[in-house]
Amino acid sequence: MIDLRIELVGVSHHQAPVELRELVAVDVVGASSLARGLADGCEAVVLSTCNRTEVYLAAGDGGDGLARRATDELLRRAGGDAGGLERALYRLSDESAALHLFRVAAGLDSLVPGEGEILGQVREAFEAGTTGPHLDRLFRMALHAGRRARVETAIGESPASVPAAAAALAQQVFGDLDGHAALLVGAGRMSELTARNLLSRGARVVAVANRTAAHGEELARSLGARAVGLDGVVQELAAVDVVVASTSAPGFVLDAVTAGPTIKGRRGRPLLVVDLAVPRDVDPALAQLDGCFVYDIDDLEAVVESSLAGRRVEATRAERIVAEEADRFREWQASLAVVPAIASLRARAEEIRRRELEKAHARLERLSEGDRQAIEAMTAQIVNKILHTPTVRMKEAAVTADGVVYAEVMRHLFGLGEDVGLTEESAGGEDST
Amino acid sequence: MAEFLVWPALIAYGEAAVAYAGELRGPGIGGRLATWGVRIGWLAQTALLIVQAFGSDGFPWGTWAGALNLFVWLVVAVYLVWGCTPRYRLLGLAVMPIAAVLLVLAWAGGGTAVDEGNSSGVLLGLHAGFMLAGLAGLTVAAGMGALYLWEDRRLKRRDSHLLRLRLPPLGTLDRLEARITAAALALLSIGIVAGLPRLQGRFDVSMAFTLVLWALVATALVLRREAGLQGRRAAWLQLSGVGLVAIVLPVTHFAS
Repeated sequence: MIDLRIELVGVSHHQAPVELRELVAVDVVGASSLARGLADGCEAVVLSTCNRTEVYLAAGDGGDGLARRATDELLRRAGGDAGGLERALYRLSDESAALHLFRVAAGLDSLVPGEGEILGQVREAFEAGTTGPHLDRLFRMALHAGRRARVETAIGESPASVPAAAAALAQQVFGDLDGHAALLVGAGRMSELTARNLLSRGARVVAVANRTAAHGEELARSLGARAVGLDGVVQELAAVDVVVASTSAPGFVLDAVTAGPTIKGRRGRPLLVVDLAVPRDVDPALAQLDGCFVYDIDDLEAVVESSLAGRRVEATRAERIVAEEADRFREWQASLAVVPAIASLRARAEEIRRRELEKAHARLERLSEGDRQAIEAMTAQIVNKILHTPTVRMKEAAVTADGVVYAEVMRHLFGLGEDVGLTEESAGGEDST
Repeated sequence: MAEFLVWPALIAYGEAAVAYAGELRGPGIGGRLATWGVRIGWLAQTALLIVQAFGSDGFPWGTWAGALNLFVWLVVAVYLVWGCTPRYRLLGLAVMPIAAVLLVLAWAGGGTAVDEGNSSGVLLGLHAGFMLAGLAGLTVAAGMGALYLWEDRRLKRRDSHLLRLRLPPLGTLDRLEARITAAALALLSIGIVAGLPRLQGRFDVSMAFTLVLWALVATALVLRREAGLQGRRAAWLQLSGVGLVAIVLPVTHFAS
């Protein structure tokens, strides 16, 4: 009988600060090599991201000492901080380990609920792991649960940072950002992050305006844009769709008097102005103009806060999906206990059928080839039909605690695994032919 | 038989209108119920139109109430194309309550019953069918315009829930409004041509109104293309135009 054991040993952002997490963090190559090292007679996958390092181990023979082996390896890597790491380590087994992985894949265990990268990281870890039938099934189902959570809920849809919110707002105004032009006013870190978010969604940065020309040129080069002076910003407004302002200027860089006429000249064509600076770079009066939408840092933070609240609401729906998938895994895991018994029963029945046909060979020879094939198919069908209900009932029982008992009863009744004399059975069977 | 089909359509449209209001609280079961309401209602109304078509000797939708019945069916048909996709579901908030009310009016006016119909022949059917399809297109475009104005207002007010209750982007709404209007203009043009032989040299007020309507729609499209008329102004123009049609068309076509 298969005695599947799944063990998880890991450390994550919940209990361990970065100083501890970095001690055991590995890249994909390292994860692959660690998994190979741990997979001595079992299966192993190492999932290592910036927020967690987790070792998943599985064995079909009960796997004594699996968790100890993984713990020792992680503590060895921690070196002098082994004591601190040991206090932060968590160990989960079987259903709990599976449920944890499903939650991780769905982004429910992440710092930002529903963050998108974790699903890819789980896939990478799976591909780099030393897997067999058990972890293969577990990780495939976890990836499926993660995909379902993202498709069937909106957990991953809303932005979780100010730069991402700015880019999402641009999409809300223009739809597809392909071909839409952005202007950066200021070459600070926030400007750059927002620009990269816009680029990743298809927009292009056409110009970077900065007080310090060298810094502006450097950023412009890296974004494939041209550098302009701050005095050229108003002129650029006629052609661009998105403006990201983030300078340290003490007053407005864009005010209603100088920028107003250019924006009016756009005749209602939408212009999104994102003002990330404190003090603000953009005169809020510009928002009164037709087609001009001005968002300052407080507005964007409110959007992010609302999005995160939405993610938390969606997370409860995603938890239900994860629980469903975890149940399915549990059913599969339970069915393993009866699979060998079912396979033996079917093999026994098939052997009896084949022997009976061989015995009747002399009488069947008088029949045509077509008739013989019909009898062959009919006997196979009879065996299948007789065994169908017991097979289904066994699988159903496997989900409950009775599964093992049913398997034992079936082994006993049919003498599975015993050397039952088929000749004797056949003799009894001859009466009916 | 026909009367029995009105009620499922009405109930389903009404259910959809209420369910869309529920969708405002957040995407979920409300939206799905609304979409099914639209589908079932539209199928019931389709069956109703088929029964009317087979039960009448001539064109069964020649009266104002009959035309209203056909118009509602066409509006819901155009809406169904987008209404089933999550991002456009809220367009149903503008379309379905109106569809339900207009269907009640059509029923009260006898437009859902089976009678002899108007025996003026195929050309009347083509004329009325294409004109009503064109008007249905303009109505849905106006619905897009209404959605545009709502979304524009939310963006202007910097609504923090903007990304939680997502409407279609402004740019997409504007483009769709223009495309549907262009398609509606083509349908109106065919409808007008199909109606010309019926005039037999006469030129009445309904024909004059139809031509003015055609010219207005064509001008709006030219202005959009050549003079950059878009966004809020285009949306307001669309809504005003459809409002004007809703008031003037029944008077000019069915007052007698």
